[in-house]
Amino acid sequence: MTAARTGWALWGDRLLLAITIIVAALWLLPVIWVVTMSLKPNAELMRSTWGFIPYPFTIENYTNLIQLATVPRWLVNSLIVAIGMTLLVLTVSSLAGYAFARLQFPFKRTIFALMIAGLMIPEQAVFLPLHQMFADWGIHNTHAALVMPRVAVPIGVFLMMQFFRAVPRELEEAAELDHASRFTIFFRIMLPLSVPALTTLGLFTFIHAWNDFLWPLVSATDADMYTVTVGLASIQGNFAMSEGLGSVMASAVFASLPIVLLFLIFQRFIVAGVAMSAGK
Amino acid sequence: MTAATQTRVLPVAEPRTKVPQSPAKRRDWLTALLFLAPFLVVYLVLLVYPLFLGIWISFRDWDLMGGDYGWIGTLNYQDLWSDPVFWRAAGNTLKFAAMTVPSMTLVALLLALAVQGPGRIRAVCRSIFFLSSVFSVTVVTLVWAMVLSPDRGLIAPVVQFFGGTPFNFLGSPTWAMPAIVVTTLWWGVGLPMALFLASLGSIPKELYEAAELDHASRWSVFWRITLPSIRHTVVLVVVLQIVAQLQIFGQPFLMTQGGPANSTRTLVQYIYETSFRDWLVGYGAAMAMVLFVLMMIFSMLQLWLGRQGDDQ
Repeated sequence: MTAARTGWALWGDRLLLAITIIVAALWLLPVIWVVTMSLKPNAELMRSTWGFIPYPFTIENYTNLIQLATVPRWLVNSLIVAIGMTLLVLTVSSLAGYAFARLQFPFKRTIFALMIAGLMIPEQAVFLPLHQMFADWGIHNTHAALVMPRVAVPIGVFLMMQFFRAVPRELEEAAELDHASRFTIFFRIMLPLSVPALTTLGLFTFIHAWNDFLWPLVSATDADMYTVTVGLASIQGNFAMSEGLGSVMASAVFASLPIVLLFLIFQRFIVAGVAMSAGK
Repeated sequence: MTAATQTRVLPVAEPRTKVPQSPAKRRDWLTALLFLAPFLVVYLVLLVYPLFLGIWISFRDWDLMGGDYGWIGTLNYQDLWSDPVFWRAAGNTLKFAAMTVPSMTLVALLLALAVQGPGRIRAVCRSIFFLSSVFSVTVVTLVWAMVLSPDRGLIAPVVQFFGGTPFNFLGSPTWAMPAIVVTTLWWGVGLPMALFLASLGSIPKELYEAAELDHASRWSVFWRITLPSIRHTVVLVVVLQIVAQLQIFGQPFLMTQGGPANSTRTLVQYIYETSFRDWLVGYGAAMAMVLFVLMMIFSMLQLWLGRQGDDQ
């Protein structure tokens, strides 16, 4: 599809593009609609929810939200959990990934195979026993309890290992000649090189943490410890009856803002990550 | 290093000169252990141990508060066999996957074909189709429950405009699941689309140029060049989707609570309810094991299909 097209083929391309634009617009429509509703007075929404221009306009839904303090509190919980999980996953995965890529140790193949087998253990197979364990340890309703089960991710180790393997050995060998320790090599040479890979893994972890639903639902039962994802679920149950439709929509928009901003800023890393995991 | 451990070195590792066991070697092992330790600890404590604990619990009469009323053999599994709600939930889960996986794969491929290539407009469209997958399940279900609402939704006014009567999709045992499938498509199409885009981008340009010289039609170019080139990605997407969709929970749980008349209650929701509403953790764990085995079969299928592809 490189050469310039003429006649029917050109019009075909244009038609296809036009259809794509229409589909994309329809795709985005629910999002625009929700943002619109969040900017309308609740009384107006009682009358009609139709329309994509926020008129009459109000930011009251958002100011109420911030005064209420529950939603901001959930947002802070989500930030703590997502940032904590991201940092821990990056630390654990890059260290282990480097060991598998470059270091020699006994039972390397066996340990590697066991890790790969771990890829097949789904959350649903372990969330009940984890719930029992955390109850025994008395750590439910803490940020740590929300973070810990998601730190053991074999996929992160696997991705970092793939990345480290692709780094030319010469870079390390020079340092080895200077008698630099493994830790120096890792921190001074390998980690700075792996910033793109770490960014990608970090983004996916962050998004995953932010949107995690089943585990926070069973672990954080105290409303003060809800993440935004669970918190929103707790207020949306009766939204059809509620008079505060605008407020519910405002909280949904508010809860999505950090993750949407992150997506818009770091899009290319996400695409690179998909290409990386696909092009093995 | 002994001969036995030598053979355990990964095949990709470069051949190393054989060094006899020495303090330096032992120090290397210690270094490797330090690098591995954090992962091994969390992996064993938070993934492997819970897996075996889960299997253990599934053979016991165990309640939510950790009350353990002893070994009951396979009684939990036998109860499952004769539990109509379990069969309904398992059937719903499979039905849901059967509806979602083909449509998701097809839509993802069509969108990828439509938005691949240069230009700002296509780039913006790519972002839009991917954007919906960063929202959390609660936001997605909130949006779609509103869109589908018969009195305040987005679809009802359009239907009314054309003289129809608004329809309560989520209140209908027939239409609730298709409505949830559409919601899931909107939410999840970004990742498979991106996988297809990566795969489409790696097809050699020369293939298309040759086809152009032959005046091949668009249709035959797709069937003869594009589709064969991305078949591995199609398999990858299908299997990833099967495994992902078997785990469906949030959408029906939040949009229909499993109703109407159990028509959208899925396995994970039933596990959740059995354990956290009815306190029957042993029974829930047995169900979780069934789901685990089901997902494992499909993961194995991926490995097997992947190997088949490599042989060609």
